[in-house]
Amino acid sequence: MKINILAFGIAKDILDGQTKEIELSHGNDVKSLKQTLCDTFPEFSKLRSLSIAVNEEYRNDDYELKESDEVVIIPPVSGG
Amino acid sequence: MEKQLFSPAELARYSRHLAMPEFNIEGQKKLKAASVLVIGAGGLGSPSLLYLTAAGVGHIGIVDFDTVDDSNLQRQVLYTVDDIGQSKALTARDRLLKLNPHIKITVHQEAFTRKNALEIIKDYDVVADGTDNFPTRYLVNDACVLSEKVNVYASIFRFEGQVAVFNGQLADGSRGPNYRDLFPDPPPPGMVPSCAEGGVLGVLPGIIGAMQANEVIKIITGVGEPLIGRLFLFDAASFTTRVLKVPKNPSTKITELIDYDQFCGIGINEPRAVQTISVQAFETLRKSGDDYQLIDVREPYEYDIVNIAGTLIPLGNILAEYTKIDRTKKVVIHCRTGKRSADAIRTLEDKFGFNNLFNLEGGVNKYAEEVDHTLSTY
Repeated sequence: MKINILAFGIAKDILDGQTKEIELSHGNDVKSLKQTLCDTFPEFSKLRSLSIAVNEEYRNDDYELKESDEVVIIPPVSGG
Repeated sequence: MEKQLFSPAELARYSRHLAMPEFNIEGQKKLKAASVLVIGAGGLGSPSLLYLTAAGVGHIGIVDFDTVDDSNLQRQVLYTVDDIGQSKALTARDRLLKLNPHIKITVHQEAFTRKNALEIIKDYDVVADGTDNFPTRYLVNDACVLSEKVNVYASIFRFEGQVAVFNGQLADGSRGPNYRDLFPDPPPPGMVPSCAEGGVLGVLPGIIGAMQANEVIKIITGVGEPLIGRLFLFDAASFTTRVLKVPKNPSTKITELIDYDQFCGIGINEPRAVQTISVQAFETLRKSGDDYQLIDVREPYEYDIVNIAGTLIPLGNILAEYTKIDRTKKVVIHCRTGKRSADAIRTLEDKFGFNNLFNLEGGVNKYAEEVDHTLSTY
């Protein structure tokens, strides 16, 4: 299954763009998406808080994704 | 009754608030009775302090230990060139009281630390977090949770901003999610650049800081729907905005203030030290007539701001241009503060076996401060 990702912050640098299509290879839940991201872009595994929002809501690892979902990655930023 | 609370001058000043049916004299009374602690008087603090002051918040506290630097003026609109080198907190107070003499301002000219956090926070109703690093962000959050204060959070990076109301009071008396519900663990040091490292669009903190002030005013007056349990994201480059629901994380437990530097990994697994040379020893070397090479690993625009005649090889080009670096004599490598040059030395030692490289401690900034005062810092 393919998922379209919208990235913010440092995730945009890691994915080299604000949007990216990701082919899920482990399963269809949020945990599998995180795993795929870490496998494909190892920088993600360094970020200890990798929060994923699906359809405008933060989701736990067991949330099942659908192809039409809007998936947003928001890493922390600290600037002031 | 109102006449006793507000002077005619104040009523005239706030007349545009008083004219709004949803806000009126009741909202203005709440603002006057409220106290807000603004932590960080920088990019976000500048607009939020200006608008909270203008709006008539009765008591504003400012926490900032820093002084005004010329490179702040690209976005920190509270300050002018006359303020360079002066205390931000004191300068901000003087500027803000000129804008609104009807309010009280308390200055906390010190770093916000686990030692003073709870003591400072206890005198205020609402906290506005405009700090610039992860350890202080977690500290502000935890201190607000422990003190049962609302934390109006804002943060910026390049073209992007985040705003949220953490630990907000809900209708049933319980508290909404906090920063740790959103980001339980901090990123490792160096992974997410600060504004100084990664840059920031000057107007961005103006936009985001004004939104932060708006949330503070809503919390105080009860007008509108504050961003409790929601995170607002803004990308100024693409004009993308999102409001995302943030649930509480049942595993979040905050029971005391901790060592936040340690929590954020600062001082742990630091990269290995390299050979260094102090700015004074470097000056002696310069004047001695001994042969040496000076390499500058900053970007070309930085070289144009200030340089000490080093050979320019930006850090990103160091692998491609390493043959320009001499192996037979002493080589001093510098950047702005000494961080990038240390990275360059580790890379050159690891990949090419250099053993004659010395890092200029504190970089060109320290050289300008301690040796050659005619040079500018940035």
